[in-house]
Amino acid sequence: MKKILLLVLLLTNAAVLAQPGQSEFQPVTEIPASEQLPSAPLVIAAYAFVWLAFMVYVWMMWRKLGKVEQELNHLSTQVLKRRV
Amino acid sequence: MRKAAVPLFALAGFIFLTAPFIIVRAPYESTMGLVQKIFYFHMPPAMLMLLSAIFCGVVSAIFIIRRRPFYDWMAYAAAELTVLYGAMAMVTGPLWARKAWGVWWVWDPRLTMSFLLWMIFVSYLLLRRYGGSGSEMLAAGLAVFGMATSPFVYLSVNIWRTIHPLTTVVPTLPVDFAFPLWYAFVGFLLMYIALMMLRISIERQRTMLDQLYLESEE
Repeated sequence: MKKILLLVLLLTNAAVLAQPGQSEFQPVTEIPASEQLPSAPLVIAAYAFVWLAFMVYVWMMWRKLGKVEQELNHLSTQVLKRRV
Repeated sequence: MRKAAVPLFALAGFIFLTAPFIIVRAPYESTMGLVQKIFYFHMPPAMLMLLSAIFCGVVSAIFIIRRRPFYDWMAYAAAELTVLYGAMAMVTGPLWARKAWGVWWVWDPRLTMSFLLWMIFVSYLLLRRYGGSGSEMLAAGLAVFGMATSPFVYLSVNIWRTIHPLTTVVPTLPVDFAFPLWYAFVGFLLMYIALMMLRISIERQRTMLDQLYLESEE
């Protein structure tokens, strides 16, 4: 088994080494479509981030406000009871 | 103040819902194409970050002189919104730059100074959060420093050589580009005012809470 693996490894190396090196760069006027960075995901990500940031911030603020109001009501009733 | 913020939230929400339809109808920019449409959600928060930093500095300066808590509440709210809008500008910017410039980020004067301004206001919030009592005065001083930085951020593209578009781009925009931009800007501005009102009401309630705690201890 080891011998087979070694043979496969050697053959793979030989196949790689047998390929000729790049001797020149060939110019093209346009970059292939597969190489181009698509714009749509970037645009969608930008808009989604803004929406998400607003939603998270508003949610945090409403939660904070609710907590403070709850604490305020609780404490004000306690203070009133003590006064009475 | 909280109730008054609700219609503003509704109006801003309507603008944010309809803005993409208006932006889609806007023409493509000749060299950047589709990715330029990030501009409509990049420039308004970036501009409001600068205006918010200036507003925070002004109310902080008034707070230092007059010592009235209302100015401090406004400054705290403005600092938080500067960080929020700054984060939006600093995330949408690299998404646009990746396609337009081929890189996510460059240490160019506009980008670097915007980042520094944003960091100043992050420091403000950290100081308020962990600075303990008396930190509001220190933070107010920091906000004045941040305000002084804002004009340099805006003018940096005209002063230094940079790859960021100049300040002349927005005033000379053709109507087809300008309308969606200012429509989105109104949405961001209304949202800013609504969030500011909400944030101030939280600070007011917190102050009342502190007073009640003091009363209950006595």
